[in-house]
Amino acid sequence: MDKNFKQQLMGYMAGNFTCQEVAALITDYLEGSFTLSQRLRFQMHMGLCFACRNYLRQMKYTVATLRQLPSEPVPVQVKEELLKRFRTWKQEQSSQNTRLNSQ
Amino acid sequence: MSLVMWPWPSSLFFVLGVPTLQETIQLDEAGLVQALQRGDETVFVAVMDWYSGSLLRLAMAYVPSRAVAEEVVQETWVGVLEGIGRFEGRSSFKTWLFRILTNRAKTRGIRERRYEPFGLPGSDSDGDEGPSLEDSLFVAEGSGKGHWVDPPQGWEPDTPERALLSKECRTAIEEAINRLPDNQRQVITLRDVEGVSAEEVCNILTISETNQRVLLHRARTKVRRVLDPYVRGGHT
Repeated sequence: MDKNFKQQLMGYMAGNFTCQEVAALITDYLEGSFTLSQRLRFQMHMGLCFACRNYLRQMKYTVATLRQLPSEPVPVQVKEELLKRFRTWKQEQSSQNTRLNSQ
Repeated sequence: MSLVMWPWPSSLFFVLGVPTLQETIQLDEAGLVQALQRGDETVFVAVMDWYSGSLLRLAMAYVPSRAVAEEVVQETWVGVLEGIGRFEGRSSFKTWLFRILTNRAKTRGIRERRYEPFGLPGSDSDGDEGPSLEDSLFVAEGSGKGHWVDPPQGWEPDTPERALLSKECRTAIEEAINRLPDNQRQVITLRDVEGVSAEEVCNILTISETNQRVLLHRARTKVRRVLDPYVRGGHT
């Protein structure tokens, strides 16, 4: 078979995407911003390309890992200070309301 | 009895998922806002506990130090108290809260010379100079153009939880996030670390959906590269 034709055929079967194009589009794919035809072309490439499947898994793994990072601890002093502010604010609110009601 | 009872809470989380803020305080969005407006301390404490960690992490993407970020978080909650009476629900409470934080964090960041807003001379609109990091992973010319130079392999260990058991790995990821350009860091912090929806990220950071995806993609690509040596087969 003519080498060029074979390459063209493989390219067509792989959705006419190169691996580089697929890699650049992974976030668009994961964020669900593809049209139906884009998604089909992307998935055709994935079906044929082991390396890109691995890359997609790696990106999903990266996102899942980021989601698992421990939450940022907020110092107790900050929370206590805020609670104090809240109580002062509430007092001011209720004294304002009393003033308004008595007018 | 206690032996029979003790595994229940965690097994229930497993079945039902971790409760949301609304489930924790048993109020819907409107109820939450009303409770805050009338000064319900229990609800205020629950909401503050729920969001402060996320707010702090996002503030750190704008200002130079953790101490300043903590001040920004405090200022944000004060802003919430000042503004809650006028809250009309045109956006969700969460978006409104994070918008207060970003406005205050930007002001502080500019004052501390850490943050450069979009569009100033010298700041790139997508926060990156030069070619994409991904370009170096592919053959640039010849018949193999666009193919992988070094095809990606499967990663181990098989779950992110286990990868994160390594402190070294966790530190590497956190440092990678810290090194990102500000706008990429803000997007990845909200979208991936804090799990905020794409639509809310756009509303909070006032950026377009396309811009959000570009910034997110660049940020994820860099974090993936940092993670790679820790999770390649054989390394834990």
